[in-house]
Amino acid sequence: MAVDAQTIEKLAELARIAISEETIDEVSSRLGDVLQLVDQLQAVNTDGVEPMAHPLDEVQVLRQDAVTEPNQREAFLALAPQSEAGLYLVPKVID
Amino acid sequence: MHQLTIAEIIRGLRDKQFSSVELTSHYLERIQQLDNQFNSFITVTSEQALKEAAAADARLAQGDAPALCGVPVAHKDIFCTNGVRTSCGSKMLDNFVPPYDATVIDNFQRAGAISLGKTNMDEFAMGSSNETSFYGAVKNPWNVERIPGGSSGGSAAAVAALLAPGATATDTGGSIRQPAAMTGTTGLKPTYGRVSRWGMIAFASSLDQGGPITRTAEDATLMLSVMASPDAKDSTCLDRPVQDYTAHLNDSIAGLKIGVPSEYFGEGLDSEVGARVQDALKEYEKLGAELVEISLPHSKLAVPAYYVIAPAEASANLSRFDGVRYGYRCENPADLRDLYMRSRGEGFGEEVKRRILVGSYALSAGYYDAYYNKAQQVRRLIKQDFVDAFDKVDVIMGPTAPNPAFKLGEKNADPVAMYLEDIYTIATNLAGLPGMSIPCGFAHGLPVGLQIIGNYLDEARMLNVAHQFQQASDWHQQTAPAAE
Repeated sequence: MAVDAQTIEKLAELARIAISEETIDEVSSRLGDVLQLVDQLQAVNTDGVEPMAHPLDEVQVLRQDAVTEPNQREAFLALAPQSEAGLYLVPKVID
Repeated sequence: MHQLTIAEIIRGLRDKQFSSVELTSHYLERIQQLDNQFNSFITVTSEQALKEAAAADARLAQGDAPALCGVPVAHKDIFCTNGVRTSCGSKMLDNFVPPYDATVIDNFQRAGAISLGKTNMDEFAMGSSNETSFYGAVKNPWNVERIPGGSSGGSAAAVAALLAPGATATDTGGSIRQPAAMTGTTGLKPTYGRVSRWGMIAFASSLDQGGPITRTAEDATLMLSVMASPDAKDSTCLDRPVQDYTAHLNDSIAGLKIGVPSEYFGEGLDSEVGARVQDALKEYEKLGAELVEISLPHSKLAVPAYYVIAPAEASANLSRFDGVRYGYRCENPADLRDLYMRSRGEGFGEEVKRRILVGSYALSAGYYDAYYNKAQQVRRLIKQDFVDAFDKVDVIMGPTAPNPAFKLGEKNADPVAMYLEDIYTIATNLAGLPGMSIPCGFAHGLPVGLQIIGNYLDEARMLNVAHQFQQASDWHQQTAPAAE
């Protein structure tokens, strides 16, 4: 089962991952194999089964909305490929 | 010195048989001399390790030594280390030097452990052979033409090659237990939420769990006692006290009920691997345990459910790698879209891209209910199988992996064949249960792992059961010839 090229292009766009023309056939056939594997799930009767989000059915804990971390702006910005004046830089978005 | 277990090292350091500086230098020299054969480390932090060792020796001399004071360990390169590059095995993070420590790293530092460096792994922990690493494949110390398992292949190989007495690792679908099985080491994946995920680079957040790889169950006990902790920084980390894992290590296992699932001994299991596991079960009977045949009827759905849930969560988690804030950025992006597309296209390897695309598919409009929701429902059915089984038994046992270590390159062309490597380990992650792998013999000249699955938060019993087997057998003491 291969996934058609159009679907691969749509997924690549959704995931923001460039896929080269030369590899699209291979990606499509391997993706098809994985989808065939997971399609086994469709045959299972899951009527009335609650989807499981946490193994111990724990709920999200809340904390006080208080500052607990020191400001490390410079340390974090230093990791960026490009930054200036305390901001992350990207190619121009608005003309 | 490298033959010593962590328990022996702790005694040796306290009895002044050797210093932490001597021990640490010895391991660093071994890594320097031997690791070019195995490629188990991505980064070795010699200078920092020796500094930490000197500080540990001072504390030992003052009699103010915490649990692992002066004990060298290695950390999987998925745990963020302040000031030390943390790559997650990816080109995407080849230049990433975190400004903070993961809670697990912090716990080891508080316990006085020495970090030898960061171990190799499958890229973003996605793989079962350690071949997807940007830094090259890791070789199995038992046979360098074979894989060490994955994704924690570097941690497992380092321990098997006696380059570190213990190493941290992570397990999303078998990534601690399967490499432990392939390398004849002891690996433990705790109950989901027992070990903090803060600073542990996320793959599939509802499945990821850190744990140790060591040579003995006793050492796994010592490492887990340090790793496990409640953590306000990880809201999924369980806010429950950590058991005293050492207290029950020497308990008798007479009367222990061991569930043996028929589904784990069927088609696809290598017959020699199956025979070694049966031998181990017989040994347990000699120790007074009772074997109970059980069924986990939804077992065959674990791999399909996992390959919806894990990629879906991965596609969300890995969206943070955008070429803007940290990590790889492509050359000369034409615009913002091009920056995202090419940074991610060039920064991620093939398997990671494949899983992100599968996840995007499963989560995309019109498919969510058919894939993600369905898989989460099947996940509950899988969990219920275990809940029903644990009404009748104390632990469950079977093989860790269907075969011993395969050859490098053997399963690369077929992702689905690679995924089936984890056929016996994945269900435990989906259910959130703790699991271990301990050595139980050899098949085709390669180590075989016995998997022990425990009930929720019953790590102490699992460790007791593993330790008692290791008191009665010496499979865990066998070392790879290349490690000598």
